[in-house]
Amino acid sequence: MRIGSELSRKDGRLKVTGSATYTADTQVPGLHYAVFATSAVASATIEALDTSGAERAPGVVYVMTHHNAPRLRPPAPGFGSMTFLPLQSDQIRYEGQPIALIVADSLERAMHAASLVRPSYAVRPAQMSMLERFGPDADAAVFDTLETVTQGYDEPDTRTGDPDAALGSAPVSLSRRYTMGFRHHNPMEPSATIASWDGDRLTLYDTTQHVWGVRSVVAEALGLAADDVRVVSLFLGGGFGCKGFVWPHEILTALAAREARRPVKLVLTRSQMYAACGYQSATVHDVALGASRDGRLVAVAHDVVYANAVPEAFPEYAAAGTRTVYACPAIATRHRVVKLNTIQPTAMRAPNEGMGNFALESAMDELAYELGMDPLELRLRNYAERDPTTGKPYSSKKLREAYHLGAERFGWSRRAPHPRAVRDGNDLVGYGMATALMTTYRFPSAARVRMRADGSVVVESGTQEIGTGVRTIMPQIAADRLGIDPQHVEIVLGDTTLPEAGGTFGSSSTMGVGSAVADAATKLRLAILRTAIADKASPLYEARLEDLEVHPDGAVTPRGSPTRRDAYAAVVARSGREAIEAEGSWAPGGDVLGTGDYAMYTFGAVFVDVRVEADFGITRVARCVGAYSAGRIINPKTARSQMTGGMIWGIGQALLEQSETDAELGRFVSKNLAGYLVPANADVGALEAYFVDEVDPHASPLGAKGIGELGATGVAAAIANAVYHATGVRVRDLPIRPELLLG
Amino acid sequence: MSAGSDYTGGGNLSPALLTTTSVTPDRRDEGVALSRHDFLAGAASWNARPPAGAGGMGGAGSRPPGTSFHRAEALGPEPARITLTVNGRRHDVIADPRATLLDTLRERIGLTGTKKGCDRGECGACTVHVNGRRILACMTLAVMHTADEITTIEGIAPDGQLHPVQAAFIEHDAFQCGYCTSGQIMSALALLDEIRRGEPSAATDDVTAPAVMLSEPEIRERMSGNLCRCSCYPQIVAAVRQAGDAVAEPSGAG
Repeated sequence: MRIGSELSRKDGRLKVTGSATYTADTQVPGLHYAVFATSAVASATIEALDTSGAERAPGVVYVMTHHNAPRLRPPAPGFGSMTFLPLQSDQIRYEGQPIALIVADSLERAMHAASLVRPSYAVRPAQMSMLERFGPDADAAVFDTLETVTQGYDEPDTRTGDPDAALGSAPVSLSRRYTMGFRHHNPMEPSATIASWDGDRLTLYDTTQHVWGVRSVVAEALGLAADDVRVVSLFLGGGFGCKGFVWPHEILTALAAREARRPVKLVLTRSQMYAACGYQSATVHDVALGASRDGRLVAVAHDVVYANAVPEAFPEYAAAGTRTVYACPAIATRHRVVKLNTIQPTAMRAPNEGMGNFALESAMDELAYELGMDPLELRLRNYAERDPTTGKPYSSKKLREAYHLGAERFGWSRRAPHPRAVRDGNDLVGYGMATALMTTYRFPSAARVRMRADGSVVVESGTQEIGTGVRTIMPQIAADRLGIDPQHVEIVLGDTTLPEAGGTFGSSSTMGVGSAVADAATKLRLAILRTAIADKASPLYEARLEDLEVHPDGAVTPRGSPTRRDAYAAVVARSGREAIEAEGSWAPGGDVLGTGDYAMYTFGAVFVDVRVEADFGITRVARCVGAYSAGRIINPKTARSQMTGGMIWGIGQALLEQSETDAELGRFVSKNLAGYLVPANADVGALEAYFVDEVDPHASPLGAKGIGELGATGVAAAIANAVYHATGVRVRDLPIRPELLLG
Repeated sequence: MSAGSDYTGGGNLSPALLTTTSVTPDRRDEGVALSRHDFLAGAASWNARPPAGAGGMGGAGSRPPGTSFHRAEALGPEPARITLTVNGRRHDVIADPRATLLDTLRERIGLTGTKKGCDRGECGACTVHVNGRRILACMTLAVMHTADEITTIEGIAPDGQLHPVQAAFIEHDAFQCGYCTSGQIMSALALLDEIRRGEPSAATDDVTAPAVMLSEPEIRERMSGNLCRCSCYPQIVAAVRQAGDAVAEPSGAG
């Protein structure tokens, strides 16, 4: 009744009444406003920077530039932050890079002053075009000249068997290039940081998916002890990856508040968000498949080229999913990078598989038509019972059930075998499907659970509520272990004064934080029951622990003796303590991202029905059905919203989203929500998400896995495949634009 | 090369421009045809309607109902004391003449339920009601609304209670992160009033019909000015539909 129940969001009332406190809503006395002036060029040396107008502007109390900014310790190389920090030298490495930070007594005055900053640059040519280095027509030999990011958490290259030889002798083979454009996360909430100093101690209210990461990077950059930095993030207005890493503006706001000797609030503009907190790189995928005539794969090769910022190193394992999704004796994957003048790219829902999946699943669809085989049948014929690259068994996998469930709910059997066979009025109708897949990432987490004398329970964990439902499912999990109704349980989160938890990224919270909460709540139940049976004043005095049962209202009785009752609250009250509490933790075995003896993934099958307007080539997704194999589902209501939200992300990826670049200007040119299209309400048709019954005993003690990113995989490929089925036109470059379907 | 190019646009209207918007006599109740001067004067908030789904915001040539014109002293460049009526309460605030209604609500009055998502009229997160009509608070200046009744998310239900639209949003899980939710709900309330008044939208089959049905295409179209990146659109449609059946009387202020 508690885990698995459709509990409505516990923070629902706060969110529908406008009372949830997001970072920029935080009230701090004496708050001043910080605004960046940013570079209009992408690669340059600042020759002169005239800030006299800004300094004289009304209300301005501080102007920080590379001339007067105290020197920061740059973050160590890695992929959680940037090693290059603005306002530390005269070097410009990307358009949109801050060149001055203005602090004033009102937002309007700070904005005006920022517009008065006058730089002059010695401009160098900027690298902005990936396609110059490796575009749709690039010779494959160029691939070997590109760099590799080696300091990541996975292997950039893998090789099983001999794919080259197998491809050469395969009865059926194909080799295709697929591309995807640059994308930006565009959470509705722009990034914001409020910095407030009390002597040498810093409090940051921050839009972050990982308060602990911000604490550590900011402390390091400013030369502070981590304990002197408190980071608070109570509600996040979405992030989708762009608030996962620690970005320069977070460090610079803290520095500005210290130098200005005032609490300072910085909120990035929507436009600044395109050059301040990452993006998803454009990617070029070369996929080669070899198969027998009856559709068994004998070779799979997947090469990826993606972008990185000068001088950073972010690994995007876009071909990682290809290593596991289908049974095949010969699989090779490789990743290379092109260096650009941009802010560092970063993870974006869904990273890695979310990109590579489009390429591989499109190629599988092409192979199915080549073989004259139903695309679903081709997937089933190559079903992987063990991970084909490592040979490990899957921790759990019910993808076969998901294929059948999805196909049945969708009505896949009605599919016409040939493309361009069905018309509905002026619409060409097409069905497409794809496999969804996401790697499982898990992070160590801790939690504390406290039972107060009034029977209310507080879960405490330094995790974040980004919209996934942490504020709802963590109380459900605690209530489940305590044996009570979740209405008695709340969670306090988003603060580095609480027990440390992993970041809200990689679809990891349910496993990491959830397992820690379950551990703490289990220990708390034991602690309270032990207190009761040792208490002479308790009706349960000297009862046997194993005989006790807890009722939803918190009453405790020996099994079968309903009149001999005590209650959680009464036990706490008699103890004389304000609360009885227990701490819990959980960590995956081995190294942080290791999955031990198992291959650990979530899976799904996505089916779509598209309508392509015959005269204008406009594609609409009339219906999307996803069936998922994703472990135990804690709350089907919030989980379904995650999956359908992911589907809409897939619709955006397939049909709308692309950050246009200009190679001459060296910048993203569509830096607003009119130029960068995200799906709106009228873009979305009927969506259905189903889960197969599954418990994964290895992924987490809860039997649960992560689902946040899974829903955003498989959809783009299914749409492209359906567009082919509708029109007979194979589109290998996302987004699918109407002009590609005409003529 | 100049810096700060983000701030050379609409977010930084000059005080000189402001004075031209404040000289028209108050004709709020006259219902007369709009003069060219009135039209130009009202352009700032006329542009503030949602980019899509704004059916019923007044046809071409008619006066934007959310806007009032009144005589005022020339303001600026120094901050000025103005009075805004928000959720039935009068607030005396010191406002920079360049301050948007959105920033004034959030940073001066402390009503932070209204959110800033884009600050240029593209996302709908800052949707509020002015005289009973939805507008985008980022696209209009606070000093233009001293004679108006402004309603924000904090003002749509008595303390401790939920409006049926709010309750339906919770029941249908029509939000995840919650950041766009205030704007979604303010748009939903206005949408129900627009339907009740029979105002057609781009999704209306027969724009001459006296009544408009609260259909799913109508809801999707009229809610498309409010972006939700968590992508709860189907749940939002379900919530609005249910609330539309539940709300008998016109809702919101005005």
